[in-house]
Amino acid sequence: MIEMIMDMPKSYIMDCRLTEKRILNNRYFLMIFQIPFQLADVQPGQFAQVRIDGSPTTFLRRPLSICLLTSKNELWLLVQIAGEGSRKLSLAEPGDMVNMILPLGKGFSKPDQTDKVLLIGGGVGMAPMLILGKQLSETGIHVSFLLGGRTESDIVLTEEFTKYGELHCTTEDGSIGEKGFVTNHSLLQTTDFNRIYTCGPKPMMQAIAKYAGEKGIECEVSLENLMACGIGACLCCVEDTVEGHVCTCTEGPVFNTKLLKW
Amino acid sequence: MVNQVVNLKGLTLRNPVMTASGTFGFGEEFTDYVDLSRIGGIIVKGTTLLHREGNPYPRMAETASGMLNAVGLQNKGVEYFIKSIYPRIKGFQTNILVNVSGSNVEDYVKTAEMIQELDNIPGIELNISCPNVKKGGMAFGTSSSGAESVIKAVRNVYKKHLMVKLTPNVTDITEIAKAAEASGADSVSLINTLLGMAIDAETRKPKLSTVTGGLSGPCIKPVALRMVWQTAKAVRIPVIGMGGISNATDAVEFMLAGASAIQVGTYNFIDPSISSKIADGIADYCERYGFKSISELTGALIVDDKPIFEITCSK
Repeated sequence: MIEMIMDMPKSYIMDCRLTEKRILNNRYFLMIFQIPFQLADVQPGQFAQVRIDGSPTTFLRRPLSICLLTSKNELWLLVQIAGEGSRKLSLAEPGDMVNMILPLGKGFSKPDQTDKVLLIGGGVGMAPMLILGKQLSETGIHVSFLLGGRTESDIVLTEEFTKYGELHCTTEDGSIGEKGFVTNHSLLQTTDFNRIYTCGPKPMMQAIAKYAGEKGIECEVSLENLMACGIGACLCCVEDTVEGHVCTCTEGPVFNTKLLKW
Repeated sequence: MVNQVVNLKGLTLRNPVMTASGTFGFGEEFTDYVDLSRIGGIIVKGTTLLHREGNPYPRMAETASGMLNAVGLQNKGVEYFIKSIYPRIKGFQTNILVNVSGSNVEDYVKTAEMIQELDNIPGIELNISCPNVKKGGMAFGTSSSGAESVIKAVRNVYKKHLMVKLTPNVTDITEIAKAAEASGADSVSLINTLLGMAIDAETRKPKLSTVTGGLSGPCIKPVALRMVWQTAKAVRIPVIGMGGISNATDAVEFMLAGASAIQVGTYNFIDPSISSKIADGIADYCERYGFKSISELTGALIVDDKPIFEITCSK
């Protein structure tokens, strides 16, 4: 556990230029940054600790999941406007420099080449599913995405997801895709998946973990515990696992559900 | 060239900047960001005799210019430290001090004895000020007699540098500092976190699982500065100042108030490379104002002959 810290890939503190800000709707926006140099071996599921300057109420950095990293060293971060930090971040304009530490944490494990994989994203939790889906599809693995949300505006970047796999959606109000929760989607009845990756609200991930557990499907979840440092120093973001309290930032954020006490 | 070396009763630091316990892991978490050979020392995470799981999540709440934590001394115990962590960090080119905590005097003594055997640990920081544990911790640090009991017992067995970390959650911190000095402490470090609380009005619940926790960050700096100033006047042993230091100017202020060295804490979370930047910045300050040695800053606060406070009180 802690021993692994020495083996973690190197991470960097860097100023990144915001090159593009795409307002997706009134709750979500996509930020595209130019990374000053090539990052080796970024794993889907890793995150960036983003500095939000100029406000006493956003003292701590904000952990944001890496949504995509392109061959041109462009970093995509998907942001949902939820609180003071994301609102401040939404005010950044192209050309602005934003300080971040990345890449941090441990990402999703690689599936077997023959695995039938399902990637489930809930709300802003769909962010790491894009980079994961891209990476899996590039290695020849067939990818199914299932995105869920309360309503239509929670489902964003659909044209990006369709580049890397087949896309299915659910919304609680039925405004897009099937009506209901992701765990009720007909896809789960028609296809026998043997590996599920997910990121989203905790109740959603817990329902998926329960479903996967009952079916004997390997399941990895990306947790969003509150963090202060993001680098394993403060011990604030701990998750209670079968191995005791472990830092979500360094041992996760991705965990196999077998390790969790859910 | 400014002489940056600081001597704290038997402990020589290349410069006055150390990193505060609980904010810098075991140092190895920071090697991507800081050259440890450019700072005076690191105080590693609070260590107890036995493994502690710490408090339940959530343990952290962000506050205006700061944060509350209620980690509760999560650590794997001193044996684990000695076997698994010390071999990895003993080669660091900086002073490594271990923050030692316990729930009773015997635990403190045993832990200190075990740490004493480690060649590359020149001192310990005795934690009698953790606000997040039910037994021990701050309970020892809030009375002179409590502080004496644990410090004297550890002093009896521990021969290297003994730094004692004080809590600000007392009526008069100088009384505890004087008790620490009289009990054989080589230095005192202050302040630990201020006991605080945060509530989520939407859910009407406390934000921490423990309801209360320790406040740190820039918001506590004025309180810390005042306590360092008071303590430095009250004791002869070196005072190590901390509390909300986020840049070199903050560090200089603590030294002017009487600190011989400083610790950087919560700001390591915001900028993991801040400690070496602060070390450079203090040297620049000395150069700018013609100080030949950083230690000349200690207590160099310029105050009028009759401070306003005394004039007011004498009426």
